[in-house]
Amino acid sequence: MIGMNGKIGAGVMKRFLMTSAAMVAALVSAQAIAAPVQSWTTAQGTRVYFIETHALPIVDVQISFLAGSAFDPSNQVGLASMTASLLDQGAGDRNEKEVAEALADIGAQMTASAGMDSASVTLRTLSDPERRATAVGLMTDAVARPLFDGGVFKRDQARSIAALKEALTKPQVLSQRAYMAAIYPDHPYGRVVTPESVAAISRGDLEQFWRTHYSAARASIALVGDLTRAEAEALALQLTASLPMDQADVPRTLPKPAATTAKVVRVDHPASQAHLLVGMPSVARDDPEQIALQVGNYTLGGGGFVSLLTKAVREDRGYAYSVYSYFDPKLVAGPFTIGLETKRSQADDALKVVNSVLGDYLKRGPTATQLKAAQDNLAGGFALRIDSNSKLAANLGVMAFYGLPTDWLEKYPERIRALTPEAIRSAFQKHIKPEQLVTVRTAAD
Amino acid sequence: MRLRLRLRKALGLLSLLSVLITPLGAVAAADSDNTFETTLANGMRVVVREDHRAPTAVQMVWYHVGSIDERDGVTGVAHVTEHMMFKGTPSVGPGEFNRRVAAVGGRDNAFTSTDYTAYFQQVPAAQLQTVMALEADRMRHLTLNPDGYSKEIQVIMEERRMRTDDQSSARVHEAMNAVAWQAHPYRRPVIGWMSDLEQMTVADVRDWYRRWYVPNNATLVVVGDVNHQQVFTWARQTYGAIPARALPERKQYEEPVQTGQRQLEVKAPADLPLLAMGWKAPRLNDPAKDVDPYALEMLAQILDGHEAARLPTALVKEQQVAVSIDTSYDSTNRGPGMFLLQASPRPGHTVGELEQAIRAALAQVANKGVTEQELARARSQLRSSEVYKKDSVMGQAMEIGMLETLGYGWQASPLMLNKLNQVTVADVQRVAQSYFKDDQLTIARLVPQPLDDAELVARAKRAEAVQAGGRH
Repeated sequence: MIGMNGKIGAGVMKRFLMTSAAMVAALVSAQAIAAPVQSWTTAQGTRVYFIETHALPIVDVQISFLAGSAFDPSNQVGLASMTASLLDQGAGDRNEKEVAEALADIGAQMTASAGMDSASVTLRTLSDPERRATAVGLMTDAVARPLFDGGVFKRDQARSIAALKEALTKPQVLSQRAYMAAIYPDHPYGRVVTPESVAAISRGDLEQFWRTHYSAARASIALVGDLTRAEAEALALQLTASLPMDQADVPRTLPKPAATTAKVVRVDHPASQAHLLVGMPSVARDDPEQIALQVGNYTLGGGGFVSLLTKAVREDRGYAYSVYSYFDPKLVAGPFTIGLETKRSQADDALKVVNSVLGDYLKRGPTATQLKAAQDNLAGGFALRIDSNSKLAANLGVMAFYGLPTDWLEKYPERIRALTPEAIRSAFQKHIKPEQLVTVRTAAD
Repeated sequence: MRLRLRLRKALGLLSLLSVLITPLGAVAAADSDNTFETTLANGMRVVVREDHRAPTAVQMVWYHVGSIDERDGVTGVAHVTEHMMFKGTPSVGPGEFNRRVAAVGGRDNAFTSTDYTAYFQQVPAAQLQTVMALEADRMRHLTLNPDGYSKEIQVIMEERRMRTDDQSSARVHEAMNAVAWQAHPYRRPVIGWMSDLEQMTVADVRDWYRRWYVPNNATLVVVGDVNHQQVFTWARQTYGAIPARALPERKQYEEPVQTGQRQLEVKAPADLPLLAMGWKAPRLNDPAKDVDPYALEMLAQILDGHEAARLPTALVKEQQVAVSIDTSYDSTNRGPGMFLLQASPRPGHTVGELEQAIRAALAQVANKGVTEQELARARSQLRSSEVYKKDSVMGQAMEIGMLETLGYGWQASPLMLNKLNQVTVADVQRVAQSYFKDDQLTIARLVPQPLDDAELVARAKRAEAVQAGGRH
């Protein structure tokens, strides 16, 4: 798809960096989990979150900008994504080949991509001073001195269009696009990238988008690993010192999505399975009820094999391999979505079951027993969410970008334990309205 | 409940290795300092690695059985059995396994590949004993009730539709395996042919379970914030109580030498063609003496290990004949290996042009070799990946389980890393000359079909009707 950065599937080694090896000995007692989150704001306005842990000689860095696809111009959907994907394909004194070789030479990994709200560059490197300096230098060049080379741009524009046309033959892609367009009409979240919108982008547009959206004031940084506080502060300054000047008139907020009205959208496709999506715009990242919704969703369709939806759709009826629900909180109301795939003739029956489970849950909320099960899993298993540097870095990246409090992780278990069935039912009733639910049926008979 | 159709492909040898080189500036230990093993009286292997960074642990039980051990007519039974393992025992009712793991804050799942079937739970370390008792219970006491089976087999057919029938690239791979392998069971899909799933009964599953789910065919792997002596004690109390049973004879399959290029086409909804070229390649048999599998692993890295590696540079960036290219080779399998290259042509170029460009890139390695710098770069990536891998307890358990199940043993890891580092430019050139022969090659092409083809919709509906009629 667009934003495809380099190869679709890289080599063996790249694929499995998370696999294993020997462990740092008992000599090292540092516990990643016990380290507190430190935070500060640089003079230029970049929010920095940092966890210091020396258990492994690794440093993870993520820098995110208010530069996601929601900030695309309406006639150039795909611009944010292309801008991000070209950052590491030639920067500073190095062309794209030299950047990739320099990274490989020191065994560092860098990615650049855009989501709906943010565009991010991530780096993982060994922490020895020499490699770290080279790696951070490459990352600084990517965000502050990208070349946006004309030849690279033309090539990747053509590749993006080709990959997009291929993606537009996939039922899951068509379904997802129809869904986002239907729940966010006239809102940036609902704009879909097309071959035409990508073709309308020029090289100069990328540079312009970078100049207006990649300022220090629009940036946040997450750092995890084998660094001291002083080193972390210097690293953050280095990354942000040469970014484009902030432009006060470029929006930092998004409009609130309008309320939807219930409707059914049909998409034809010759697949053997129907792809069904049900949902609506629901919750923003700064909504105080977000945690009640996340915990309540564990019972409804988030808790894997033990959710109400899995029981009704998969275990009791054998209708689907995968059925799920989730809230995706964003800068403004992000989607609540239920999804499943079932053979095409079974679409109506499966939708009836889904709507009945959701309707009951909205009416009654979780029972005390169901809530306790959710709390036991989410609070009891909290350590599993933060037991590696890479998990910590991912959490910290979200916290820094959305400006969540630094004790957000630490307080998470007790906030979960404090919830009541009534609080969850009321949050669900406020954030999910049956009369606003949009249904997308792709490849359904 | 997950199916790892391509686990073999996805997990290369390079990723399977542990540390030989002491990570720069860090206090690090060899595997042997924190990894402990024992064998229970009933023959079950136990490997424990202590990692005290965070208060979590992972338990995995690996059964040394996969789709490679199936017979025609009951393809998919290894994977169906994996699903049924969650359907209850006399003391732990249907769905109760997942509920109990969730109640202690854990997550659990399982996967089936050609070579093995594995179950795992990630839990707070204090809950390890609970999940060990649960896993041991279903090793011996699975209920296998026909009602639960009749629903679950429907779920698995939906899984097949989702993963294979509606995925054009998965259909190419399924068809390609069926052509490249003639005698070897790798020709059969792990998930099974749809008609075999339709005809399967709970008796087939029971038969499979009774034959293969015994302690002397299993390896327990625990990694995390645990004390190994304590884990050994719990293992003896739980798994140790299950009696050993003689295993069926395992057939040895010898794939006849391929003596001519094979070609196939698959038509499916798509916009871009896909070209897949697979050459027969060796399995790592003797980690100490073999050379070629290591050289082929390093060649794969030089061809496609980073953005500026040979194939993406030549095909995607310079000649611009490909939209994307992907390389895979895994020498660590129970059966023979395949060196696979796949790519989609950029619009304006044909699959034929793409094939010629790939052949030219391989011929260049065969004729002129690779540079010391390219090899040094691959070694450097290998070295840092060894450090990064220590970040995940799950990843460590995966490595130990695979090395044990595939017959190398977890201790083979530093040796393999050492051997990879010893590969020379001459080795790489030699394997490029010897293995990429047309007679050993299978070429598969995806021929894109438009979505509005009425025949495609009609075919999807017909297939469903046939399945509905054929069900027992």
